[in-house]
Order: sequence, then structure tokens, then C-alpha cells
Amino acid sequence: MITLTSEPFEPGALLTDFCAGREETGAVASFVGIARAEKGQAAALELEAYPGFTDTAIGDFAEAAKARFGLHDYRIVHRTGRIAPGEAIVFVAAAAGHRREAFEACDFLMDWLKSRAPFWKKEHGPDGARWIEPTDRDRTDAQRWDQES
Amino acid sequence: MARVLLFGRLADQAGWRDRGFEATSLAVLRGLIANDDPDLGEALSGPGVQVAVDKALVRGEATLDDATEVAFLPPMSGG
Repeated sequence: MITLTSEPFEPGALLTDFCAGREETGAVASFVGIARAEKGQAAALELEAYPGFTDTAIGDFAEAAKARFGLHDYRIVHRTGRIAPGEAIVFVAAAAGHRREAFEACDFLMDWLKSRAPFWKKEHGPDGARWIEPTDRDRTDAQRWDQES
Repeated sequence: MARVLLFGRLADQAGWRDRGFEATSLAVLRGLIANDDPDLGEALSGPGVQVAVDKALVRGEATLDDATEVAFLPPMSGG
């Protein structure tokens, strides 16, 4: 399931719900991305999504990840709007029969979410606001999977 | 009336993010916007700007009907 939300969310509660009632799963790996303060340089992060487009793109990619890693299930929650330092931006959980697939699926999903997902990101700092594009590191992280596939 | 949506820096530049235009094609729409705001018209054709018609990416030309939604998407940043 994919959720975009403009409200803060509690990652622990999401993980508890996701793990409940899984007698055959064996492994759940999860990742939480948290907004950084950058030592006072980032007062807030603002993420814009295109409802109906962004969630569909994430859903299509998550289904591809499910097939690639043989996942039993996945859960993705992504914040939009203004996000304060210390608040969770993204929650990803992957359920699989064994740990390797669950770990790798989380890594794979996050590399794509960080570099290619349809969001527009603005950083508000002491010198005003600026739009941000993926870093070289984000791009090369995502490319690892292109080469392997 | 086609509904036009702008995202990211394009919306900041234009000073609006959601407006209606009477346009029968993407080309006509681009002309109308450029006529109104030449800098924005240029930005909409700039490098890396993608266009979605009714939430599906299109390349090149497209016909627009009533209630068609056209979104101009600057390079995506990831989350």
C-alpha cells in the first residue's frame, strides 16, 4: 500500500501494523528517512507531489520491486508539504520469506524514491528557499540497480 | 476548458499553479501561455520539463478536450 500524507506520521506504529498477522513471512525490513537540520542550514523541507500521478508512479515501481524480489507485501508512506527537521519523511517496509530479499527490496525502493520519484523538493534555510535536484550520489545509487538488472 | 497545473519552480516563476485555458491542443496552449507570459512560455519548453496529459506523460503534441488536465513537470527531485 502507498500513502502520501501532509501530516506527520509515527513510523513505529506503521511497522507494528505491517508486521501483524504474518505467520509465513519470515522477514520484514524497514527504513525511515528523517529530515536533517543540516546544523541550522535547513529550517524546513517542502515536498510537492502531484496527487494521482506521484502515488501511481510509486505504486508501479513498488509492484516491480515486489516481482523482482519476490516480496509478500510492501508498505510505503511518504510525507508531502512542509516537513520540520526531525520529522519522518518516508517509511518503507518490505516483507519477504527471507531477510536478503527484504533488505535488498528496501534498498532498491529507497534508491528510486530518493532520485527518481516524482516529487519537487524545496529547502527553506536562513538565506531563503531553493529548489533541489537529486545529488550525484543519489543518481549513482539508483544506477547500481540498472547495471545489475 | 483545459485545466493547467504547474509544479515546483515553474509554479513559483508563474505565480500560479492551477489555471483554466481554452485550448484545443498542446501547441495552442503553449502559444496562449507564452503570449501571456513569454518567460514562462520559454521555461515550459526548457530542458527536462515533461508534460502529462490526464496524468500520463506525453511526448510532443496532444489534442486537448474539455476538462483535460495538463501538467508541466520540471525535473523531479526525488523524495
